Amino acid sequence: MSEPARTPFVASLPEAEALARLPGSGVAWLDAARRENLDAFAAAGLPDTRVEAWKYTALRALAQRRFAHRDAQAATRAVDAAALALPGVDGPRLVFVNGAFRADLSSLAALPASLSLRPLSQALGEDAEGLRFALSHRYREAGDAFARLNAALAGDGVVLRVAAGKAIARPVHLLFAGAPAEGDLAWHLRTIVELEEGAELALVEHHVSLGAQKQLATVVSDVVLRDGARLDYAIVQDAAEDATLIRRSQLRLGARAQAAMHVQELGGALVRHDLRAELAGDEARLATHGVFALHGRQHVDTQLAVRHAALNTASESIWRGVADQRSRGVFRGAIVVAEGADGSDASLSSKNLLLSALAEIDTKPELEIYADEVKAAHGATVGQLDERALFYLRSRGIPHAEARAMLTAAFCRAVLQAMPNEALREHVSQLLLAHLPAE
Amino acid sequence: MLKIENLHARVEGKSILKGLTLTVNPGEVHAIMGPNGAGKSTLGNVLSGRDGYEVTEGSVSFEGRDLLALEPEERAAAGVFLALQYPVEIPGVNNTYFLRAALNAQRKQRGEAELDSMQFLKLVREKLKIMQISDELLHRAVNEGFSGGEKKRNEIFQMAVLEPRLAILDETDSGLDIDALKQVAQGVNALRSAERSFLMITHYQRLLHYIEPDFVHVLADGRIVESGDKSLALKLEEHGYAWVNERSPAGAQA
Repeated sequence: MSEPARTPFVASLPEAEALARLPGSGVAWLDAARRENLDAFAAAGLPDTRVEAWKYTALRALAQRRFAHRDAQAATRAVDAAALALPGVDGPRLVFVNGAFRADLSSLAALPASLSLRPLSQALGEDAEGLRFALSHRYREAGDAFARLNAALAGDGVVLRVAAGKAIARPVHLLFAGAPAEGDLAWHLRTIVELEEGAELALVEHHVSLGAQKQLATVVSDVVLRDGARLDYAIVQDAAEDATLIRRSQLRLGARAQAAMHVQELGGALVRHDLRAELAGDEARLATHGVFALHGRQHVDTQLAVRHAALNTASESIWRGVADQRSRGVFRGAIVVAEGADGSDASLSSKNLLLSALAEIDTKPELEIYADEVKAAHGATVGQLDERALFYLRSRGIPHAEARAMLTAAFCRAVLQAMPNEALREHVSQLLLAHLPAE
Repeated sequence: MLKIENLHARVEGKSILKGLTLTVNPGEVHAIMGPNGAGKSTLGNVLSGRDGYEVTEGSVSFEGRDLLALEPEERAAAGVFLALQYPVEIPGVNNTYFLRAALNAQRKQRGEAELDSMQFLKLVREKLKIMQISDELLHRAVNEGFSGGEKKRNEIFQMAVLEPRLAILDETDSGLDIDALKQVAQGVNALRSAERSFLMITHYQRLLHYIEPDFVHVLADGRIVESGDKSLALKLEEHGYAWVNERSPAGAQA
């Protein structure tokens, strides 16, 4: 049997020797992991829609493109600092432009002693061994192509640690910005977050566009909450409209740990987010609230997987999707209650709104229960704006576009209301409406 | 103010209005009565611009403008208000927010300054007093979980805030007990003025005990077959709609 032809995507990958340019090169286990993941990616290429995890998201067009995996000018590209600001988010800030750390745009002075926040490139130089567990991972699933690619090529990212028992007062802002560059550019970042016992943190992951571009970005995040830790984690994805953004977030919650996630998917042409959470310790609690608002030909795919693996754990997931014009939204929400995870309480709601006859939303809740005394509820709907409500608003004088926006915002309210940061919530609500065309 | 001439309208291909003619002058209260299926609600919906109602003949002018050429929101800004028979519940949209958005949208369309939240609140307080409505309704989502009576009162309250030139009340009395009916009627009466006209669409003359009309029209098979003063309503009560059918000129619709 002959080898399948190498796609342009695979053919344009950097050679193994180029890995030597990445930060951390020379650390034997890291070199081995990078090489192995690169080889595995090159051999398998991008998955096609026969792979279950990619059933609704075709990568054929991406496979035909060639990318440069490094922006030589990333460190010096001009950036309008105003484009980076987020209301209500005024704490320490780590900024990456086209995948490169930018100390000049970051704000790392006067960090509280209980907070360690460094770019990965720096952390690798100071203490590579401490990162070994996270960075030596081999990704073996057929659907893991981008995690492999990221493991092979990510040379920078975020390493964040909060000391036991400490609460960080101001939200930490992680900024991943795409700036216009020559040619098709790909960049890869790795994030490692650890909250030690009883630590508390508010974290904002912010994907922002600094101008029109067609980049491919991958971000892989590992977030560990030790016993009793608390995390409020907002992801504001407002990437460039032609960008491809592939993310994987993996959370692990220890006993009595609590995580609340707020995800807003607004930008991007092709967006994929794998959000996997493991409730590993007794009485861990997870809440995920997410919304996508799509227009044009956007394709946004969220794959949520929550695993209850300990006693008396709880998870609540509320997701809303809005698709206009020819956009397509995909949401898969899988909850697994593992054997022995008795007393688990899990709920999942996915409600979706089609604003156009040409838009499409595929939603698929899944529930697998292997334990006793479990409370589980899930539901998914796809519908349209209520014509009666629309007429009612118009009959009171509210113009059509405004009435549509009002009803759409109301539809998403259950998700946005869960954000505790009021200024950020208000800003995100406005962003969301701005992303829906007024017809 | 409102001049309807020879109005014909279809719903889903079916002719409902078949040559309706009616003139309403400023300050007048007209009651439109008729049996089920006569076209009463269709009239309200056509006048307010709801989708799905196709006007095939005739005209409607409102203060000299071609009403049928306007979008629903433009009709509202021009001063036409429809109190719905079944007010819609809108979860997630706060009643006060909705009402302020509506008022300001109308003012904007009319080229008037929008009200800020302080000015709006002052206006709302005045109107609540007139309507004798508790402000508790304001803090809830639009009509969500409201009782039938609360929904209808909320319609009248909206009307009080929006101050239309022409109010069309579509079966506002349906589903109300006598106390709720009195409250609604009281609200409407408080809004009667020399500049504001009302078109009350109703099946029963019960409401007319509490809101006295200047004119009563009987609508049957898509046309007005009888007009008179309020005594006409009493005759209807006595004899029922069968009496009208007997009197309607047979074969008059060509």
